[in-house]
Amino acid sequence: MSAPKKTAAKKPAAPRKTRARKPRPKWDISDIESWGPERHEPGATIPEAGNSVYNETGGWRTFVPELSPEKCDGCMLCYFYCPDASIIVEDGKAVAVDLEHCKGCGICAHECPAGAIVMRLEEKE
Amino acid sequence: MTTIDAKNVLDETTVAVTGNEAVAEAMRQIDPDVVCAYPITPQTEVVQLFAQMVADGKVSSEFITVESEHSAMSAVIGAAAGGVRTMTATSSQGFALMWELLYIAASYRLPIVMTTVNRALSGPINIHCDHSDTMGGRDSGWIQIYGENHQEAYDNCIQAVRIAEHADIRLPAMHMYDGYVISGAIGPLKMLSDEAVKSFIGPYRPINPLLDTRHPVTVGPFDGLHGFYFEHKVAQNRAMDRALKVIQDVADEYAAISGRQYGLLDPYLIDDAEIAIVVVGSTAGTTRLVVDKLRAKGVKAGMVRVRAFRPFPAAAYAQALQHAKVVGVLDRADSFGAQGGPVFLEVRSALYDCDPRPQVLPFIYGLGGRDIFPDNIEQAFAVLQKAARSKKRAPVERRYLNLRED
Repeated sequence: MSAPKKTAAKKPAAPRKTRARKPRPKWDISDIESWGPERHEPGATIPEAGNSVYNETGGWRTFVPELSPEKCDGCMLCYFYCPDASIIVEDGKAVAVDLEHCKGCGICAHECPAGAIVMRLEEKE
Repeated sequence: MTTIDAKNVLDETTVAVTGNEAVAEAMRQIDPDVVCAYPITPQTEVVQLFAQMVADGKVSSEFITVESEHSAMSAVIGAAAGGVRTMTATSSQGFALMWELLYIAASYRLPIVMTTVNRALSGPINIHCDHSDTMGGRDSGWIQIYGENHQEAYDNCIQAVRIAEHADIRLPAMHMYDGYVISGAIGPLKMLSDEAVKSFIGPYRPINPLLDTRHPVTVGPFDGLHGFYFEHKVAQNRAMDRALKVIQDVADEYAAISGRQYGLLDPYLIDDAEIAIVVVGSTAGTTRLVVDKLRAKGVKAGMVRVRAFRPFPAAAYAQALQHAKVVGVLDRADSFGAQGGPVFLEVRSALYDCDPRPQVLPFIYGLGGRDIFPDNIEQAFAVLQKAARSKKRAPVERRYLNLRED
């Protein structure tokens, strides 16, 4: 990669060589808790996208959303507002909350115009 | 190809330049992808000349103008994370304003190269040379290489690119030279050809570049909450340890194309020296003169000039100074409340395991650009000579050179 070149003038750029890239192997972090300094990427970089699903944030929760699917009118506001993509939707309606990732922020309950979501204090059973 | 005025060309390969011109020429030959810098005395000329080269189309670099050094370092961090070769330059207060970003650049393992022209830190406000700016940044995780003269300012700038970008290292590197004494004064410089520099530094190879949209990555994620901060810090320090070998390897390779050989440190008549001075920067030239004078009188004097300060090559110092009876360390920066200046602390610690253990005495000189004369260095050697003759170990207290005393 290189920065956009300001001084264009000279000769026309050679056609860019395209090289078929091998897909990277999936970043396996199943045993990351046991990794020493050498196994991490330099600079703490996370070398792939879409792995926040492995970071279970459900344990941060104080309040838990309680969803009544029968009241849901399918407006999808909860789905779009949820910062943790934790609203599970089937056939255009919210049917459940992914409690492994829901942090209990309550945005869904605040936004729901149908009153289909309420927050209640989560207590250990 | 050089932008240097024809009247300053001394012979086919040697030109007369200021230290800042020497570095601007090195930057032109390196032709980094992105340069972002903010002008500050005595570095200003570097930025000014380089900006002119950009405007004149002599380089293909993107030059980003910003409102402060904090932003300058932030911008090169962003560009380096994006996946390109980056450079910047600063001095003194500008260096201080970069502070929090210095640590970010190092911990993200971004191979940024920075020229730092040494200048005293405020206050009281002062624009002249001492080393308190970069000595204060010695724990920031940057590789630090100190140059003595115009030639080294140029040579170190080019070598720093290779050291920082080495696959085993990937750490930012700064190289220093003395404000005014080198930055503004004119001296001789032997330049390499543009082609030689280009082939020496080679193409830039990014690791996990942020702008490779086919392989999206996250740079600088939150590493707390029982994350891996400790492991990442240890990895960073191990890279710093590996840099000792790389600095020497790059110096050897550079010697092959330039004929100028550098090491981790620069010894002068040290092998049989009974008394020796360790010094940083341009004062080494004056010290060599005094060593020669003392040698002519039969005094076994020697000198070691600091080149790599981070990583600090402790074993090389122990090797070079093990036969000395007394070593004086001349610091152009102080560490308030410590046992001496920063270089003294390193050297004394490096010699702790020598048997017999040389005495190491702290000297402070040149703060805020106070002149250092050959007489002052002779006074320091006289202290070392007296300590070498005495049966008692001399007290470890700061001795000040050319200080006005009550």
